[in-house]
Amino acid sequence: MNYGPLIFLTSFLALSASWFGFVLTPQIQIGRQPQGTNSINPAELYPQARPGLAAQGLQVYRANGCAACHSQQVGQTGTVIDVRLLEAGTNAAAVAAALVNANVGISTANAAGLLTGLPKTILSDVSIDVAKLALKALEAPGAKGEIKISPVGADIARGWGRRRTVATDYLFDQPVQLGSQRVGPDLANAGARLPDLNWHLLHLYSPQKMVPGSLMPPYRFLFQVRKIEQQAAADALRLPKEIAPPEGYEVVPKPEAVALAAYLVSLNANTPLFETPMTVAPATTNSPAK
Amino acid sequence: MNACCSTPTAAAAPDDINVSCRAPLFVLFGKAVGWLVAASVLGLVASLKFHSPNILANCACLTYGRVHAAAVNAQLYGFAVPAGLGVALWIIAQLGGIRVVQPGIIAFGAALWNIGVLIGVIGILAGDSTGFEKLEMPRYAAVILLLAFLLIGVATLFTLHDRRERRLTPPQWFLIAALFWFPWIFSTAYLLLTVCPVRGVMQPVIQWWFGGNFTFVWLSLTGLAAVFHFLPQFAGRTLHSSQLALFTFWTLILFGSWTGIPASAPLPAWMPALSGIATLLTLVTLISVGVNIFHTKQGGRVSSETSSAYRFVLFGLGMFQLAGLMRIASVLPPVSAVTNFTWFTVAQAQLNSFGFFSLVMLGAIYHIVPRVAGAEWPSAKSVRLHFWLAAVGILLVAVPLALGGVAQGFKLLDPAIAFQDVSKATLPFLRAATTGELLILFGNLLLAANLLGLVVRCFRAKLVPAFASVTAEMKFAEVKP
Repeated sequence: MNYGPLIFLTSFLALSASWFGFVLTPQIQIGRQPQGTNSINPAELYPQARPGLAAQGLQVYRANGCAACHSQQVGQTGTVIDVRLLEAGTNAAAVAAALVNANVGISTANAAGLLTGLPKTILSDVSIDVAKLALKALEAPGAKGEIKISPVGADIARGWGRRRTVATDYLFDQPVQLGSQRVGPDLANAGARLPDLNWHLLHLYSPQKMVPGSLMPPYRFLFQVRKIEQQAAADALRLPKEIAPPEGYEVVPKPEAVALAAYLVSLNANTPLFETPMTVAPATTNSPAK
Repeated sequence: MNACCSTPTAAAAPDDINVSCRAPLFVLFGKAVGWLVAASVLGLVASLKFHSPNILANCACLTYGRVHAAAVNAQLYGFAVPAGLGVALWIIAQLGGIRVVQPGIIAFGAALWNIGVLIGVIGILAGDSTGFEKLEMPRYAAVILLLAFLLIGVATLFTLHDRRERRLTPPQWFLIAALFWFPWIFSTAYLLLTVCPVRGVMQPVIQWWFGGNFTFVWLSLTGLAAVFHFLPQFAGRTLHSSQLALFTFWTLILFGSWTGIPASAPLPAWMPALSGIATLLTLVTLISVGVNIFHTKQGGRVSSETSSAYRFVLFGLGMFQLAGLMRIASVLPPVSAVTNFTWFTVAQAQLNSFGFFSLVMLGAIYHIVPRVAGAEWPSAKSVRLHFWLAAVGILLVAVPLALGGVAQGFKLLDPAIAFQDVSKATLPFLRAATTGELLILFGNLLLAANLLGLVVRCFRAKLVPAFASVTAEMKFAEVKP
């Protein structure tokens, strides 16, 4: 290795290889990825570009380095497939017999007991083949059943999302703020979890008031404390007494604060997609952040 | 650069070489040390937020997200790159037996680089960050940085090209690659992220590709060049095996350039998998460095004159191995499930950029500066003290963060533990790390004071006689008609 050009050439080849591998190839594979569709309702295109105010809020999120503490990526360790029996139909005995005959791990002794108290899960955490077999066996004698696919993992159990996030979820954001730390909770579904814009404004003004023990610094510079002229502004924060400004003053969110809150509310990556199979429960509850 | 175009000229005298390095290194190292102090101050401000979230909360430019990014960028671009370039220039001039060819251009490039970093850090604090980790500096600063790097890099290559000693040794291979590596990855990343931005998750892909290539490959190329140059020299030995160093070089650029994409990334699975395999393979790089240095050190004797610098470099190499092992561990699926998104990754990054790279560079700076300036450090004691402050400081930062990160990771995996309790449990570790940061800051201040003292001493040595000659009483001779 006594020749400079040779060293240059080796380095050039090594770096080109990695450039082809991790810049060009991904760009060819996912760089022009089209919008996805909701796998349950194919008419719905996903994702949609964020509304104007939320798009501005992303810039506030970027400028203040929110991604230093908050990730926006939900992980999932796997999926659990359950078979649920919805209606036993008219011929319960035939259904019980079919279940036993399908050989999916249900014995004669407990087959009859499965048919009461519907709807209920009769098989849980089985492979998709077993689930399909069982469903077929149920439907032949006139019973109704369904296969339920639920993503599982610590993030999902925490209520941070209903499925893992995938490349499609980030299609229209510029910049994409994946984050690498969880000093604060994951925000990939902040809007699904906490859809109230005012909650976010109060939380930005005084995090500890809304979430006791929170480590988040307050973002009071996104708000303006001003004297009340004639009558209080409509958008003034309704603050509890301990953190309220002195009498005759009000706290009004600056446009940045409203935009940031709108962005947080717009964060929702729960749409079922082809690459993340899941059954959508009919009713959703907005459980608070865990 | 073939042997045919060289003319058999005698190597320049060592003193001449040192003098020719004076102006560029004065700018490069001077600014680098300034940024080192600035980075530790900014880092300290960021970590104060974990003592009370309300500290400095009313100022937009001091919010955690901005100060944290500014600290990381000041550390990497303010200190690491110019220090690395300065050490590279000195090693290339020494090994080539030649005076620096274009000292003026390099000094100008260094000043320009400093302006770029200043604009970039102010930009980040003002809210102009790009939002991509380790690439937060706004585009207008990045343009200046690229231009400055090209000036310095090309001028350094001129010096390399004109070398008298034609044989290229291991440190030079690493440095040639480093000089060429940075402009490519830096310009590609900024081009694809800010000039004509790619869509969706391609942005983090580029960011990770840059991150791996910069914090692992570039820092290792430059840092290991210094290790391979200084450690044998300090120990009074020659490098055990050039072949092994060549193996280190190839595996580093071949595997290292594919690292950086975390296992959890929301990408097609082949990307994190491939990146993980490449990271695993960097184990051979670590082993080859370890074996080579172990055999080099054996039977060596360190003179008391270089013992402080030797300690810095040797400790830095230890941290290189530790950070490398942590990097490898954190791509193993059972480990990454725990450590991902935790302070463990921060501990690894700190060990790599400060524990390894900065300590090696500090050792090199402590060795180079007196030779270039032609004057001793005003306080040898403060050099020794700085080593202990830096070494204990980085361990006090990294060990609590790594332990706290693992604890945090296990708790995050258990949904029964509320998130607030998970983050609250990390606080004692974060606060312990602040102590380490404080020690590091004290150490960096010692270096700054020492450097300032040395510069003042040099100037005084020149200015006092000059001043004396200017202000000397003139002897009048009476003119008689």
